[in-house]
Amino acid sequence: MQKYQFKPKSRFREFLGEKIIRLSAYAALLGIILIFIFIFKEALPLFTDHAVRQEAGIDKLVLKQRFYDDQEPTWVWQPNSDNPKYSLLPLVIGTIKAALIAMFIAAPLGIAAAIYTSEFASNRARELIKPTIELLAGIPSVVLGFFALMVLASIVQTSLGLTYRLNAINAGIALGITVIPIIFTIAEDAMSSVPRSLRDAATALGANRWQVAVTMVLPAALPGIAAGVVLGFGRAIGETMIVLMASGNAAIISANPADSVRTLSATVAAELAEVVFGGGHYSVLFFIGTLLFVFTFLVNLGGDLVLHRLKERVQGRSS
Amino acid sequence: MKPEAKSKLIWTLGLVCVVSVAVGLSAPAGGNVTIKGSDTMLQLGQRWAETFMGQNPGVTIQVTGGGSGVGIAALINGSTDICEASRQIKPAEIDKLKERFNSPGVEIPVARDGLSVYLNEENPVGELSLEQLKKIYTGVVTNWKDVGGPDARIIMYGRENSSGTYSFFKDNVLEGKDFAAQTQTLPGTAAVVNAVAKDKLGIGYGGAAYAKGVKDAKVKKDEKSPAFAPTLENVKSGQYPLSRNLFWYLRNKPTGDLKKLVDFVLSDAGQEIVSKVGYFPLK
Repeated sequence: MQKYQFKPKSRFREFLGEKIIRLSAYAALLGIILIFIFIFKEALPLFTDHAVRQEAGIDKLVLKQRFYDDQEPTWVWQPNSDNPKYSLLPLVIGTIKAALIAMFIAAPLGIAAAIYTSEFASNRARELIKPTIELLAGIPSVVLGFFALMVLASIVQTSLGLTYRLNAINAGIALGITVIPIIFTIAEDAMSSVPRSLRDAATALGANRWQVAVTMVLPAALPGIAAGVVLGFGRAIGETMIVLMASGNAAIISANPADSVRTLSATVAAELAEVVFGGGHYSVLFFIGTLLFVFTFLVNLGGDLVLHRLKERVQGRSS
Repeated sequence: MKPEAKSKLIWTLGLVCVVSVAVGLSAPAGGNVTIKGSDTMLQLGQRWAETFMGQNPGVTIQVTGGGSGVGIAALINGSTDICEASRQIKPAEIDKLKERFNSPGVEIPVARDGLSVYLNEENPVGELSLEQLKKIYTGVVTNWKDVGGPDARIIMYGRENSSGTYSFFKDNVLEGKDFAAQTQTLPGTAAVVNAVAKDKLGIGYGGAAYAKGVKDAKVKKDEKSPAFAPTLENVKSGQYPLSRNLFWYLRNKPTGDLKKLVDFVLSDAGQEIVSKVGYFPLK
């Protein structure tokens, strides 16, 4: 029998291969760090450059400003003006409003669909439902935005009797459609991966299907469902094209979901193209980018922490 | 990889490098023309330049934006050959030009620009004065009954503030004032037209566009003057109030490549590009 021997050359290849795949793994990390540094660097003049600070200092972004002598101080986003106004408050409110509406729609639908698919659906129904919902995630957001602009807005306006055709509800519904597949997929995976032994134990104790699903599988899968909701929220915050087209983009401060909203991401997308390079407006837009970045990072991190704690609790109880 | 193959690869790479450097160095060093100025006219300038360079391979044209003011400043300090401007040059700028180049500069109108005001087809309001438009878009007038329509809220649609249309409307209708915060801004003229077509109480503005469900409002300069529709004739003649000339400014009478370029822009082929980009030709 011939004895197989590793040649030094193949050792080198293995070494190289390992290094290359390690590099790919770290490339993502490096990419994120570099992107963050770049975005933040462009926003830095807000803190360091005297002229930019005069125009759009951090106080002007956050605090109420008096722009005209005959008017009360307010928060206004109106960067193209003789007297540029850079208050971020209307944008932050708009972003959160649209994302919350999206979550109110997507979370119940996504989770309910996941419970049905994983616990009650026949194999055939599951084979039909799962790919269909996942297909939703594949719709380009610009198509969804156009649909919301042209069709959905009219339906929402007439059925709810709203003054404004393009508003937070309309944008929220369209956003919800993109978020549903995220919540559904993650929640469904989490429920399907609840160990069979747990289900069997519950069934053996006399639980029917509904009881197994609600009292057994649902709590055990809670970390996965929570993760899905959190990731969905991150997506709703960062989604750009849909809100740009469907929300009307009026930067107003109001709690009314029937009013138009302007989100942070849509503002960057709409205004960055023609802005004066290196000016106050430019830095503010990159500052918004930094905010979005930090915010999504925190949302994901927070979701992760909750997820771990829930996992420990659930596993502690079930074992 | 075998050593043989490896050395082959190195040779090939080396050869590619040498060839590309040689090609780079031997690129034709023909005439260079720089065009700078109005962002509104950026696309127009680029289309003219592309077509002209296609016909005259020896000439390289660089087109950049920055704004009309930036373009005129560049003309004065000599860093551009042609300035594109969507406004007329100011006397102070002519003085500076005279001071440095002993010439008041050459003004060439190259195209006309006109904005339409869209209303929903079912809206009984057919004409608006500039003053009324200003009041509507600054939020002073919020009800259609104040401008001769039904008792209902006016829903304003507009363009994003990165658009030249936005600036034109702001400068010429709002006279520099801010848009009301309630103004809904949409990406692109098509989106504005569609929004107004679907919104009985909507009003919007943008370039010339034709769509079902939308009509162009006739615009009058003030209460007493007649109202004009944004037709080709009215925009060309300047009777339609929301129209303006788009200019090219040069330091001296154009010669050589510059003259050829100007002649091309004013020719039928050049003016056809004007219509294609969405502006109005001069003739």
